[in-house]
Amino acid sequence: MKIKSQKDFWSGLMFVVVGIGFAWGATSYSFGNSARPGPAYFPFGLGLILALLGALVLFKALTIEVEGGDRIGGWPLKQLGLILGAVVLFGLALPKLGMAVSLPLMIFVSSLASGEFHVKEVLINCVVLTLGSWLIFIKGLGLTIPLWPSFVAA
Amino acid sequence: MELLNNLALGFGVAFSFTNLLYAFGGALLGTLIGVLPGLGPVATIAMLLPSIYALDATPALIMLAGIYYGAQYGGSTTAILINVPGESASVVTAIDGYQMARHGRAGAALAAAGLGSFFAGSVATLIVAAFAPPLTELAFKFGPAEYFSLMVLGLIGAVVLASGSLIKAISMIILGLLLGQINTDVISGVPRYSFDIPELTDGIGFVAIAMGVFGFGEIIANLGRPAEHREVFTKDVKGLWPTAQDFRDMTPAVLRGTALGSVLGVLPGGGALLASFAAYTLEKKSRGRADEVPFGKGNIRGVAGPESANNAGAQTSFIPMLTLGIPPNAVMALMVGAMTIKGIQPGPQVMTSNPELFWGLIASMWVGNLMLIILNLPLIGIWIKLLTVPYRFLYPAILSFCCIGLYTLNNNNFDVFMAAAFGIVGLVFYKLGCEPAPLLLGFILGPMMEENLRRALLLSRGDWSTFMTRPLSAGLLIAAVLMVVVVSLPAIKSKREEAFQDAD
Repeated sequence: MKIKSQKDFWSGLMFVVVGIGFAWGATSYSFGNSARPGPAYFPFGLGLILALLGALVLFKALTIEVEGGDRIGGWPLKQLGLILGAVVLFGLALPKLGMAVSLPLMIFVSSLASGEFHVKEVLINCVVLTLGSWLIFIKGLGLTIPLWPSFVAA
Repeated sequence: MELLNNLALGFGVAFSFTNLLYAFGGALLGTLIGVLPGLGPVATIAMLLPSIYALDATPALIMLAGIYYGAQYGGSTTAILINVPGESASVVTAIDGYQMARHGRAGAALAAAGLGSFFAGSVATLIVAAFAPPLTELAFKFGPAEYFSLMVLGLIGAVVLASGSLIKAISMIILGLLLGQINTDVISGVPRYSFDIPELTDGIGFVAIAMGVFGFGEIIANLGRPAEHREVFTKDVKGLWPTAQDFRDMTPAVLRGTALGSVLGVLPGGGALLASFAAYTLEKKSRGRADEVPFGKGNIRGVAGPESANNAGAQTSFIPMLTLGIPPNAVMALMVGAMTIKGIQPGPQVMTSNPELFWGLIASMWVGNLMLIILNLPLIGIWIKLLTVPYRFLYPAILSFCCIGLYTLNNNNFDVFMAAAFGIVGLVFYKLGCEPAPLLLGFILGPMMEENLRRALLLSRGDWSTFMTRPLSAGLLIAAVLMVVVVSLPAIKSKREEAFQDAD
């Protein structure tokens, strides 16, 4: 068996796994009957349909020839790590350190992901964006976001 | 004249100072993100949803609507000047628009796009005003079975008319429906798929999904690509006014584009994107004067037609959302979300329970279009400057807005982490060639669909044939099946692929 389309093979597999996962998860809730459908009724059916469609995609990926094999190509792991790392860092830091610290931190880390990194530019970007966010979200829209670290504010 | 009374009410609302301000803000922001490649209306509206907590419902929706049709204006600027569609609905505009710019006719192309869009926008506003009330009447006759079937038709339509693999798109819808099942069951009160995480019992926030998939996922994908070389025709933009001959050429194209776009916008799955592709194909098929510039070499009809169509389509796609509460595309799905945030249940009752909101929103579309033509033609120089801002400044700004928005959603960092997780999911979708927009539609419609299905079954005592014995419901389901069958026919299949081929 040779994989004819890489993209379709993996997406088909993803649909099958997720579909079965949801259907299996639904078995722990009450199914009811069609006159009184329970909480498991809809997700169980949908999960099975998704698994079925996924199998169809898989089948096509193994039988129908695609020019060039539909390769997935390399994964931008460095960018993925830096961008999402920066976001998670922001989420962790904000409640304790406030926006004034966590936002520049996020901007700095995420800027490392671009091919061109100039410290001066990035620092200016940090200042401008943090000031702008303070003006728009805290001053302008009056949203409750911690601004300073909790030990300073207290 | 009831229509005139309604419109008068609407204009009264739209011309209030606050609403004018927010319409302007939306139009401005829409143009901005339309001009910037790599940032679309879906990500932007998702980004702004948390901030509308602080606003009243009417100005909030007016602003969000302005972003959607504003993006259609802005997208054409980028397409014409740098051959990169600023917005997906402007893909076909780039074909002839960029060629016009290369021949020193960038001004005429921009004017054709702007004037065509304005005309189309004005007509579409009237269409929305005229057709919304009768459709609302019809919607009141709908029971749960009809609603369920309508949603099936809407979801199927959304993928049948889009590009790409049909099975994968339907799978993405179902994946979205399933993600919508992570919540507390409304009927029995049982939390589902929550893994004992309290935040998950309220369901995943759709803002987190939209930002993760459309915001973060796209940024990562953009950064992973080698930097593209951009050639900006900034110095060539002079002589904005088209010649008399240009006007003669573009008028029929604008009329055709407006008509086609208005019809396609209402269809499930329709909206700006489909309208522009179809209009370009139509222009290529219709005959112009004998000695005109061929298509692909800078024909003004290839700019005027699709640009009118995408603006008309963007506006008429509000009709199913406003009257039935069913979003025909991802942007409208976010509008439904916005209404829910403001405590308005989208559906036929909005027109009677919130007439100011309903008619104010419609009237604001015309006002917004007027502002857009002023923003775009005389001020074109400012937008051109924006195109020279490098992406490395832009994406940290997008990230900042997303992160703050996510946190303020519930004043909790859970949504920030959730969106980060969906960033990975978004990148996987991108890499595997799975179009994410249907997933968002499914996610929004999931809970509504389940509720209507279960209510319909309850009413029919478990008899599934209720969906086929009620004539309206049967008609809708048959239409959905027919759509799939027709698109799968080999002859149509190749035509469908051909229609989207122009994009490459």
